[in-house]
Parts: sequence; C-alpha cells; structure tokens
Amino acid sequence: MEKIIAKGAEADLILSDWNGLKILMKIRKPKTYRHPDLDKYLRRTRTNHEAYIIHKAKEAGVPTPLLYRVDNENSIIIMEYVDGLKVRDIIDNMDMGARRELFIKIGRHAGQLHRSGIIHGDLTTSNIISAGDRVVFIDFGLSEISDEVEKRGVDLNLMNRMLTSTHYAYRDELLEAFSEGYKETMGSYADEALQRMDEVSKRGRYIEKN
Amino acid sequence: MIALGVESTADNLGVGIVTDDKEVLANIIDVHVPEEGGIHPREAARHHSEQMGEVIHKAMERAGVRSRELDIIAFAQGPGLGPCLRTGATSARALAAYLNVPLVGVNHCVAHIEVGRMATGAVDPLTLYVSGGNTIVSGYESGRYRIFGETLDIAIGNCLDTFARAAGLEYPGGPDIERKALLGKKLIPLPYTVKGMDLSYSGLLTAITEELKNQKYSVEDLCFSLQETAYAMLGEITERALAHTLKPEVLLTGGVAANKRLSHIVTEIAKEHGSNPYIVPIKLAADNGAMIAWTGLLTFKSGIRTPIDASHVNPNWRMDQVDVPWRR
Repeated sequence: MEKIIAKGAEADLILSDWNGLKILMKIRKPKTYRHPDLDKYLRRTRTNHEAYIIHKAKEAGVPTPLLYRVDNENSIIIMEYVDGLKVRDIIDNMDMGARRELFIKIGRHAGQLHRSGIIHGDLTTSNIISAGDRVVFIDFGLSEISDEVEKRGVDLNLMNRMLTSTHYAYRDELLEAFSEGYKETMGSYADEALQRMDEVSKRGRYIEKN
Repeated sequence: MIALGVESTADNLGVGIVTDDKEVLANIIDVHVPEEGGIHPREAARHHSEQMGEVIHKAMERAGVRSRELDIIAFAQGPGLGPCLRTGATSARALAAYLNVPLVGVNHCVAHIEVGRMATGAVDPLTLYVSGGNTIVSGYESGRYRIFGETLDIAIGNCLDTFARAAGLEYPGGPDIERKALLGKKLIPLPYTVKGMDLSYSGLLTAITEELKNQKYSVEDLCFSLQETAYAMLGEITERALAHTLKPEVLLTGGVAANKRLSHIVTEIAKEHGSNPYIVPIKLAADNGAMIAWTGLLTFKSGIRTPIDASHVNPNWRMDQVDVPWRR
C-alpha cells in the first residue's frame, strides 16, 4: 500500500507500510526547472541535513518524527508517520482557550529549538502537526545550526508573517501566546530574539518604520 | 466609464486610458534612460515633468477621446521614488481639478496584479511580481493582497541591472543577460539564499561581481549562472507559496516577466501543482499607465475616492496595507 499524501514544494510525502509500521517516505524528487547540478546539490544537502537536525531536535525535547532510514543518494528519508492534523488547518475550528494553549506549546518548542542552537528555517503553521497531546515539528529542510540572534529573529518572523498572512483574524492573540511559551523555554534569551523579530519584520521593503 | 491613469513610480513615465469594459484605448510609456549609473530619482523626476504634457497628449490622441469624456483620473500614489511619484501626483491633481472629475490614488503593486488579472483572465492567482524595485509573492486573502514572500534586501531587477552595469552590458540588464546566458554552459557555484518563502539577492550580487573581477569565467557563463541561481530561488519561493496557498492559478508579472527562462520555470511549477500559469504580456507587465487607470476604475467603483488633501504620495506604501473590496 502506497499513497501520496502530500506534494509539498520540496518533496513528495508517501504513506506506506513497512513491516507492519505506518511509515512516511519523504522523497526529494529532481526539479526539472532548475539546473541539474544545482538541483542535485540542494536535494542532497537538504536531505542529509534534515535527518541530522530532526535527531538533534529530539535531544532538545521537541517532538519530531522517528527516523528509520536515510537514503542520501536518492534523497529519501524514511520516518514515522505522525497521525495528526496540520496546525494551519485546525486553527479556525478551535475555541479561543484551546488555540491559546496550542500556541503556548508551539512557542515553548520553538524556544527549545533555539535554545539548543537549531534554527527551523521554515517555521510555519503548515510545518507543525497536532497529534493528540503532542505538537510535532516537521520539515527541517531549511534548518540550520546557529545561535545568532539575527537568525532566531528571522526564524520567528516567519511565524509572525504566517500569522499575519494566513491567520490574520487571530494574529495578535496567537503571537502573544506564542511569545509567552517562547519566553518560558528561552528564558533571558527570549527578549532579544523577539525584539529582533520585530526589527526583521520592518526590514521588508516599504514597511512603515514606527 | 473611461479612466486616465498616470504611472511615475520609477524610470517609466506612463499614461494609459482604459474603459470599464477592459478596453485599453491608449498606453503610452516614455522611459527615462540615465546617462550613466542607475536611476537618479531627481533626474528621473525631471524627465517625467518635461515629458508629461507630451505623453498625456499622445495618450489622448491615441485613445481618440476628448478630455470631457474622462470620468476619473487615477495616479500611482506609491510605492516608489518620492520625486517621481510627486511629479505624477501633481499632474493628476491638476488634471482632475481642471476637468472637475474624481481623483483616485492607486497602489502600484496592486495595480500590477489587477491589470494582470484583467489581461490574462486569471481569477484568484498567486502572483510573482518581479521588477527593478520589487520581488514579491502574494495572493488574495481576507480582503487584501497578502505578501507570502519577498526579497529581504534588493529586488531581482536591481540585482540584474547592477551586475549588467559592472559587466558593461546594456541597460536595463535583463534582456542582455538573457541573451548572453543562452551561450553559457558552466554553472558556477553561487550563494543560494532562500529563507522560508523569502529570499535574498545581496550575497549573490556580491559573489557574482567578485567572479566578474576575478576574470576566471566568461561573461556568458557568469550570466548563465546568475540567471540559473537567481531564477531557481524565485521558482522555489513561488513553489513554496503555491504549496501553502493551493491557489488555482499562478500569475507572473513585472518587467522581469519578459524573461523566457523565468516564465518557463513558473509555467513548469504551476503545471506540476495543477495550477494554471499566466504570463502577463510585457506591455502590461512593465510599469505602465493602463494598469493604474484600470485599478483606478475598480477602486472608484468600490466607492473609494482620493480627496486632494489625502492625495500626498507614499513612497513606502505596501500592497498589504490596501483594502481591495472589489475582490470580496
């Protein structure tokens, strides 16, 4: 049994069965629109890197899928299938309290990532899955290792941007909850990162600067 | 209804005359070409003020309408270069006052999307808007055109033009780089900077300029590598935004939409995700007055006017600050 469950921007996700386990294959297929050398370079480095960071995130206490196998040559990661829903798709159907709780949790995990030097690189509501009590972070394809305030700020701004563009109705409330959770785990490092997020958000072209 | 639109956000001075039946009666563009270097805002503004009368006259003549037949005067109120914007705004105010018709201020970026929809028939597209001053991936959501991704520093056209100037190529840089790139073969490793759905070109520009100075590679290979890297980045953020928004259409517009390699990339990505690709024809994709006139009509019909005392230009006016009630 094999089923394509998502055609992401970067990779196809295929749900499959592996010795009785429900597994997910993340396949970075060649993109014919870009130069083959550039394509191969991007797919290889991102696959390798993603597997490494998924592991490192677990050490930091952030739920991520279990890894079963990494096929570097073909740019395939075989991992646990996380049975849940994308946060992006459930926000509109949650009551205010639950929404808030969820974003405090997400903020906490974001703090844990940053605290251990992981920058997610694509921190959006499409890349966080709510599965029972767990909030699982996925898609570390653009992640990197860094403890620079700048990179943390850029990372947080992706969430900020997503809330503004896609969840505008709850933007302020969710950003506040997120920040609260983030501060819990980031401690004294939280403020400078959140402040940098504000600065980064104003750095885009044509933003009113006050 | 007939609208006259004035576009003067950067180096193009454009006057367009458009009906509410989507008929472009005239679309005159007069480009300011700097004698050396890039666009100097004051020089460009001087060009616009010197040519304004002539360009308006030409547009009226081409359209075959009398001034009394104009129902509204629209102008690009921002974003753009201050002195250039003010020249257009001043002319528009004078015209509206003289003809005693309503004045409508239009956001330049929104106008690119709207005329793109008008010209191609796209209904609800994800738009990649690429030009000398802008690099934006946007789509309609809750009353406005939301920005999903954009450049964190310089625009793609800015990057191409600056490199072209350093390499002694023609201005604007895009077409000459494209011709040279066709003869290039070797892909030089260059910084590829995508952050989520945003991208950055400053590192790429620095690196390619360094390679030019090193004289290790031919100009053809440099152009080829610059295009391949810069456009792959655009492709990636477009694809990411498309996978995120699941929009049924993709619209490519702005001056850089003239590039065949880029339009090929965007077309391929759209098809891969089951969306319909639309490439805006260059006359309406580059900065022009018709897009301002058309968006002026949409704005006016939604009950919005711009009284003189609110008609000051806004060089930093983002598209996501503008309500677009006609999309509801």
